[in-house]
Amino acid sequence: MQFDSASVRIVVDLTLCQGYAQCCFFAPDVFRFNGQEALMYVPEPSDDQRERVWRAVEACPVQAIAVEDPDAGEEA
Amino acid sequence: MSELGATDRVVVVGASLAGLRAAEELRRKGFEGPLTLIDSEDAEPYDRPPLSKQVLLGMAPADRTRLPRVQDLGEVEWIRGVAATGLDRTRPVVELADGRAIPYDRILIATGVRNRPWPVASEAALGGVVSVRTRADAAELASLLAVRPERVLVIGGGFTGSEIASVCRQLDLAVTLVERGPAPLVGALGGVIGSIATEIQLEHGVDLRCGITVDALEGDDQGRVRQATLSDGTRLDIDVAVVALGAVRNTEWLRESRLAAGPMGIATDAGCRAIDIDGLVVDDVFAAGDVTRFPHPLYGYEFLALEHWGNAVTQARVAAHNMVSPTLARVPHIAVPVFWSMQFGLNIKSVGVPNYGEEIQFTQGSVTDRTFVAAYGHQGRLVAAVTFDNAKWIDFYRREIETAAPFPPDLHALDGPATSAPISADFPHPWLPYDPPPVVLTGHAFDEMRAKVIRPEGARQT
Repeated sequence: MQFDSASVRIVVDLTLCQGYAQCCFFAPDVFRFNGQEALMYVPEPSDDQRERVWRAVEACPVQAIAVEDPDAGEEA
Repeated sequence: MSELGATDRVVVVGASLAGLRAAEELRRKGFEGPLTLIDSEDAEPYDRPPLSKQVLLGMAPADRTRLPRVQDLGEVEWIRGVAATGLDRTRPVVELADGRAIPYDRILIATGVRNRPWPVASEAALGGVVSVRTRADAAELASLLAVRPERVLVIGGGFTGSEIASVCRQLDLAVTLVERGPAPLVGALGGVIGSIATEIQLEHGVDLRCGITVDALEGDDQGRVRQATLSDGTRLDIDVAVVALGAVRNTEWLRESRLAAGPMGIATDAGCRAIDIDGLVVDDVFAAGDVTRFPHPLYGYEFLALEHWGNAVTQARVAAHNMVSPTLARVPHIAVPVFWSMQFGLNIKSVGVPNYGEEIQFTQGSVTDRTFVAAYGHQGRLVAAVTFDNAKWIDFYRREIETAAPFPPDLHALDGPATSAPISADFPHPWLPYDPPPVVLTGHAFDEMRAKVIRPEGARQT
């Protein structure tokens, strides 16, 4: 099957998310709060967000962000 | 049950969140044998929660919510755009709509749910009448909202309906929400929280009408929906009608399988193994995700049917583990359920099973500030909690529920409300009764007796 290899994909496990907002700080164009702690994010952010997304992934205190990055060759 | 052999074939039917995560877990556990994933949709596995939020708000296109793969699947046979139509456990094979029969040694059923359709087909077919389950649905509703309709009608005030009403208000669109019950969210969280949900919707400008139903949808000459007639006689001019009447389990394809599968889902044991119509556990058929109902030790071993993202993931991983593990290494799926919804700028989460409780007590925060925690009790035991913008407390209450903490809880919380006596949680009904199984018993001797499925046309009139 065809995969769009360029795309970074993320999913946040919102059962884990406690609203620390570290992701919003590191990648504000990808993650934002709709209100005080309702997290909205772009599931397939553009390529120029890749580095910021990875910083958000690493900064999340509850490790709630899963990412697939075809360029990084690693998964979290 | 023998261990899974290296050349044994695993088939996963339904390749959405549960199916994908199960397949990944199979590989993570070292299963290197043939693996087939079947899905009726011709698309990569995608995430559904954004469809009623980010996609409608314009943050993401509907075809850009694909799930990240968190484990290399290696060699996999994908069968996409083809529905499973039958399960023949005697051969054993999965039968597909295109006539193929896919053999399996272990099968995982993860066919999920679909939206309960609007009951009148001609009205459901009107332009502007939508229901959000698939990404095509979400794309359609997003495009309908993008041209700024004069008024959106949302039918049903559960979580999905309320989230879509919230999106409409955030987009500054006029929206009417019609709920048959006394308040939004009342089925899941009870009347006490429902009345708070009512206040919140009214504060945000939703034209909320509870205790009534929609009698009819009417279209114009072009076949586009234009009017709705409500049970109180009101006629509403509308351009869009969103049907949010809950979901039905995708189990029809299992009709001939002799599995205990029906409108309420497919029954499994706590190890995700399917139960057949005799009530016997089946060793080579597993199920995970929204399509299942399963016994939970904290809730009287009653069958829980959850449509929770986190439940699908955890249950899929448990099922996959058990599919490749010998009997003594098998594990139960007994995680305490956690659910979330985002609406009207609020993060609503629940842990446990709120409608297992009869009483509710506000334990922390302030209802008027819309930031609080409420606990649910059943016969002196804590069984659930709901948080509004207080997600940080979910873990604490989860541990309390796991350890059968007393209700009312003895918290001494610094941010506790001034008055906090338990009151009735005000659920409309403690449990929805399950449909009686469409089976009869046959045979006389203990080793001859079996349950037998009766077809509606052959059912005895009572």
